[in-house]
Amino acid sequence: MPDDRELSDTRSGGRLLGDQVPGLAAVDELVVSRQSETLDSDDVLARKPFGFLFWFACGWVGLVVLAAVLANVLPLPNPNFQNYNALNAPPNMHHLLGTDDLGRDLLSRLIFGARVSLVVGFVSVAFGMLIGGTLGLISGYKGGRLDVALNAGSFVLLAFPAIVAVIAIVAFWGQSLFKITVILGVAVVPLLFRVVRASSLSFANRDFVIAARTMGATSARIVFREILPNVVPVAITFGLITVAGVIVIEGTLAFLGLSVALPTPSWGNLIAEGTSNGALSTNVYIMLWPVISMFLLLLSINLIGDRLRQRFDIREGLL
Amino acid sequence: MKARLKRTGGDTLEFKDVGHRGEPLLVVDDLHTSFRTGRGTVRAVDGVSLTVDEGKTLGVVGESGSGKTVLSRSIMGLLPPRDVIKSGTVRFAGHDLTAMDPVQLRQVWGAELSMIFQDPMTALNPVKRIGVQITESLRLHLGMDRSEATATAIELLRSVGIPSPEQRIRWYPFQLSGGMRQRVMIAIALACSPRLVMADEPTTGLDVTVQAQILDLLAELQRERHMAVILVTHDLGVVATRADDIVVMYAGRIVEQAPTKTLFKETRMPYTQALMDSIPRLSDPSGIRLHAIAGRPPDLIHPPKGCRFAPRCPYAQDKCHQSEPPLRTAGSPDHLFACWFPLVNGVSTAPGMSSGSSVFGVSGGSGTPGESADASTASDQVPPAPWSLADTPIDPDAGLEPS
Amino acid sequence: MAKYLLRRLIQLVVVAFIISVLVFLLVHLLPGDPAAQILGANDTAHNRAVLNKQLGLNLPLWHQYIFWLKGVLHGNLGQSYLNHTPVTQVISTGWPIDLELIIISQVIAFAVAIPLALITSRRPNRPVDNISTTATFGMLALPPFVIAPIMVAVFAVGLHWFPATGYIPFTQNPATNLHDMILPSLAITAGSIAVYYRLFRSDLISTLQEDFVTMARSKGLSPRWIMWRHAFRPSSFSLLAAAGVNIGALIAGTFIVEFLFAIPGLGYSLVQAVNQRDYLVVQGITLVVAVAYVVIQFLIDFLFTVVDPRVTRE
Repeated sequence: MPDDRELSDTRSGGRLLGDQVPGLAAVDELVVSRQSETLDSDDVLARKPFGFLFWFACGWVGLVVLAAVLANVLPLPNPNFQNYNALNAPPNMHHLLGTDDLGRDLLSRLIFGARVSLVVGFVSVAFGMLIGGTLGLISGYKGGRLDVALNAGSFVLLAFPAIVAVIAIVAFWGQSLFKITVILGVAVVPLLFRVVRASSLSFANRDFVIAARTMGATSARIVFREILPNVVPVAITFGLITVAGVIVIEGTLAFLGLSVALPTPSWGNLIAEGTSNGALSTNVYIMLWPVISMFLLLLSINLIGDRLRQRFDIREGLL
Repeated sequence: MKARLKRTGGDTLEFKDVGHRGEPLLVVDDLHTSFRTGRGTVRAVDGVSLTVDEGKTLGVVGESGSGKTVLSRSIMGLLPPRDVIKSGTVRFAGHDLTAMDPVQLRQVWGAELSMIFQDPMTALNPVKRIGVQITESLRLHLGMDRSEATATAIELLRSVGIPSPEQRIRWYPFQLSGGMRQRVMIAIALACSPRLVMADEPTTGLDVTVQAQILDLLAELQRERHMAVILVTHDLGVVATRADDIVVMYAGRIVEQAPTKTLFKETRMPYTQALMDSIPRLSDPSGIRLHAIAGRPPDLIHPPKGCRFAPRCPYAQDKCHQSEPPLRTAGSPDHLFACWFPLVNGVSTAPGMSSGSSVFGVSGGSGTPGESADASTASDQVPPAPWSLADTPIDPDAGLEPS
Repeated sequence: MAKYLLRRLIQLVVVAFIISVLVFLLVHLLPGDPAAQILGANDTAHNRAVLNKQLGLNLPLWHQYIFWLKGVLHGNLGQSYLNHTPVTQVISTGWPIDLELIIISQVIAFAVAIPLALITSRRPNRPVDNISTTATFGMLALPPFVIAPIMVAVFAVGLHWFPATGYIPFTQNPATNLHDMILPSLAITAGSIAVYYRLFRSDLISTLQEDFVTMARSKGLSPRWIMWRHAFRPSSFSLLAAAGVNIGALIAGTFIVEFLFAIPGLGYSLVQAVNQRDYLVVQGITLVVAVAYVVIQFLIDFLFTVVDPRVTRE
């Protein structure tokens, strides 16, 4: 029963810290503090335009996505084709970004490598949102024993350091794009569950929900018609930031040689190739292109997430 | 890098012998405070002048949004410097506070001029023991050492009625009840025996029963220590028996100002009257609705032309909407009001308003302008003129908030 | 206080128990016969018999778990099937290196982030503040595997200030050890600085708008005193929480730099073990790191009781 829980408790930092793991409590509070509804915000400042940087960031993400989707159609050499006439070539007309020590085209490897990061990033978060978000939505509104159990479960799962758990599972289960995506998708379920649950909880006792309840609306209707539309901004914003986090974890795995098996390129293993065996002193481009692309991608996603958070009036806090 | 509790820089200011010269302790002259915001400039305090004599109590009354809190902070000089425009002078004990630099101001704050905040829950540091919060100013301003300050703090806590202060001094604010917290706040404000205390809605967050206790405590300490108090409140009932003089504020301006007795007896300004009507009285028949003032305080970025209360005033005439009434006297020189058609014996002097019935109470009954016609009160049978003070005296203890 | 910590301690034990079960079950993710998989090329009938006995693989599952847990509690995590080193020995030589990396990076991160936030929060939106805020926003997009190669390229390969690889134990030569550790530590510091600075700055700014800060000003206290004695502590709660959560990212960071700089820490051993299918080493390191992480979270909870009196008394 939602009435049993006082939102004010969730709001007050001290009480909350006393009850739950502090770090996660901060995440909860961050979400719950998204209090003002979109309609009644008459503050002109909240509606300031997104700005040039935001659209630039969207442009970069769009470009990377487009290139990755169209990789097979684009006039690119096979990313694994070894051109022995052009080993370690600097950027030139034939190889716009140059070639690596085996004569493979760096632009082609970069674009095919983007596929791994993007597929893992977006698919696993979509999976996590489907499971974790749905559970969080229901759990936050319904409360009761289900909520207590799911809540405790999410705390236990988040008690693992993600990277160690993922490496261990990869080690025992094996590495492929599918497996990595599933593992990371499962890994973000508890996180997205907490975010959506906290947001759902903050709306469960709002007047418009209570009004709907007194008018005899079914729980399903309330959850999907009244609460869901209000939770969506938070879910999108945090989902996006989680995508960045997952891309970082995949990149870390790939750098360590634990993501998709070689020679399939991914940005992480491209960076690792570019730094190993003295490649840094012979051909710095191998490392440079994926590093720049990754930096810009993460920066863009963070920027978009940040602007969305400002627009949706979600308080800045622990991310 | 380490912060130290010591007064630094500048000469020590002298604050003696003001009272002997018969000069008021505080003289505020034409004070303006505006905030720059995204939408425009908010004129929160717009030309306020007032005086407070030593040992006296001034009540500042107004709805929320009338600028009374900004006024009290402007007088102290506590507002942050950014995006704030101030003009006018504040003379306190012979010194111009508005001309002081921050270092000098810090010698005045807490020592000669201190403040009691509205909500002791947020105004006390949640992670510092209350003892430390009291001894800080003792050590800073009076140069006491730790043990001396602690002993004094215990005495202070005892004097504000906190039982077993020796133990409580080690408590944190969240361990105390609301009333206790407000007592601690008073102890902090009075620690260095200031000459003037600004009490900003000191009882608003408290239970009604505790409100009276806190106000009585404040009055008692004021008598003992011969302090002046500025009591800022939205509740005329709170200041009715405790203030020597009352200032009524509306939309950043003073609209009526008089010694307490005069104000209640010879109310001139319809707004003051409306505030009085919003105090529930024991003599009201049961089931009666509380008298609310229809409408909202005006937007302080674009205040209305003419009298700022005119849009909500049942007696407003064309003149009221056209030009702004000056603050003027009639009869006794210490009674000021800003109204073109002041009330006389509770009856407006505006043309066509000779009937004695209260327009605030039974709106809609006597051809009232639509502005104040509140549909919910129209059907209620309210006896006429519940505000004729001669037969129904104000009950100051019924300090409920106006709805 | 005691009650609060006891409750936390029970939670710690429960979580550690669940971790141990999950880590134990990892072996059963292996396709086919775990013993054959674990032994790999070393698979002989004799070795398999030894391993089956050691892991109790012929027993029922729960029995195996108890058998395994007993061994773990006695400090027996099995041994590497490549060089027959006990897993505990791999761990005991590795963990001080990770700890050193984390401590150095955190000291640097706090030493940069806190003073910077104290300076910029007093006057937000001034040039200094805008530059720091933008710079740290950029640093958020620099995970260790992105910034470490750049640092190596610039400071090791380009400027020759630091060695590109290599590790000498602290006990053998402290000066060289610290010198060699600077670059790896800095590579995992960038993210921490960004997170700590941004969090502490925004918390300080909102604390400075609290009533109790105005109250402190109205007592005539100096800005510096107010900053240190009134605003600092109430603003540090989320910083502390962030430091706890950040440990997870730091562990990932140490793995990266150990791999890159060939520093023989736990991450280095873990990655090698994964690549060589040395499953018991993977299992042992996973268990130890996960439990250590949970214990650190517990210690941070304990710190909360010191920093915020409301946690235990309310």
